[in-house]
Amino acid sequence: MIPAPFAYARPTTVDEALQAIAEGGEDVKVLAGGQSLIPVMRLRLAAPETVVDLGRVAELRGVREEDDAIVVGAMTTHADVLADPLIRQYAPLVAEATATVADRQVRHRGTFGGALVHADPAGDLPAVALALDAEFVIVGPGGRRTVGASEFFVDYLTTAVQEGELLVEVRLPKLAGSWGMHYEKFNRVAQAWSIVAVAAAVRREDGRIAEARIGLTNMGPTPLRARQVEEALAGAEATADAVAAASQHAAVGTDPSSDLNAQADYRQHLATVLTRRAVSTAAGL
Amino acid sequence: MTRISVRVDGASYDDDVEPRTLLVHYLREQLGKVGTVVGCDTSNCGACTVHLDGEAVKSCTVLAVQADGAEVTTIEGVAGDGSGNGQLHPMQKAFHEMHGLQCGYCTPGMIMASLDLVKENPDPSEDEVREGIEGNLCRCTGYQNIVRAVQQAAAEMRGSDGNGNGHVAPAEVDTAAAPHVVGQA
Repeated sequence: MIPAPFAYARPTTVDEALQAIAEGGEDVKVLAGGQSLIPVMRLRLAAPETVVDLGRVAELRGVREEDDAIVVGAMTTHADVLADPLIRQYAPLVAEATATVADRQVRHRGTFGGALVHADPAGDLPAVALALDAEFVIVGPGGRRTVGASEFFVDYLTTAVQEGELLVEVRLPKLAGSWGMHYEKFNRVAQAWSIVAVAAAVRREDGRIAEARIGLTNMGPTPLRARQVEEALAGAEATADAVAAASQHAAVGTDPSSDLNAQADYRQHLATVLTRRAVSTAAGL
Repeated sequence: MTRISVRVDGASYDDDVEPRTLLVHYLREQLGKVGTVVGCDTSNCGACTVHLDGEAVKSCTVLAVQADGAEVTTIEGVAGDGSGNGQLHPMQKAFHEMHGLQCGYCTPGMIMASLDLVKENPDPSEDEVREGIEGNLCRCTGYQNIVRAVQQAAAEMRGSDGNGNGHVAPAEVDTAAAPHVVGQA
């Protein structure tokens, strides 16, 4: 199948993009890398009136350092994220999760911002952004605003980005030094979506876990933080037993779906096992 | 219609396309580059893989208008001087010699993905090859000889004779996976 006909706009600046979105009619879709949008359009699950292609908006690409954060342009491809030294140094969790996204062809086209705005609960980057307390910079007709990760993911495939708005960049706090990180993904076959996955960032101090941040992939309509595990780990001894005990709380407050790959109760079981593995590896145990 | 300019396998084209035209359909139907095939039509199988500005992409998941101004290489531009009449590329030759195909439908995409992998990693291990071509499905071979072919081609492209570094030579082709190849091995 091929997509239904649409009007095509190819702006070269963010201002032009906002204008194209504003003038695009009732149903406008923003095309980033297209690795989710084009399949959906081919299946006619989406048939937008206008497609605004951000491919030529150069200012949306690249990673830069800004004080205590690194700033990832929304149109930075997964492949460019993987090759970026700042990401490797300050947000290795992002690199690790990105390496598991789909396959090399998709990673050449797919973008960091596109994956986050698409907000598929089985996607790998939303839980990572949530675990890292990323900040999302959104522009629109009303100006520029910044939204924290906990407010960004609103519902299934729904984020705080409103009609007429655009995600332009994502700020990730620099976490290095005593922070360890790991993304533990469970799926059945190559290039498959996560059945469940866990993103963990852990700060160790004097043989103890000072702080843990844990994001869950595909355990509800949005990515979730495993807050009870985080609380149980704060100040706990950095031992396998302590991590295993804390990880038992990983499924508290989750609402996973049941599908061909897994029933909800199995996903909840997986969440506890994968949290133990993710935290253990992140803590260097 | 939107005007696009692309270079495909070394030749320049200016064409009007509908924005909804997929790159793979532009290549096949407007340019006659039918070496690139459509397999699954769902972005999974990788049979339609081409290089867009030097990077492997699934051409069923790129709009032709997105390729405007870009350089596209298809399987038809890989051999010899790009005219399609020259010597097989070492990757093509290795797929032939190592029997890295049966029905052959996945082969154009496999070769384009493998070339992309070897460019980034000139000496991939077996596991690295398997991960590197995870975006390409083969429903015939079980991948054994595809992996061997990629390693053999990588060795040749590195300039060695293919016998070093634990890589398999043609004589060690997996005859259990492909019994009828014994006579040629």
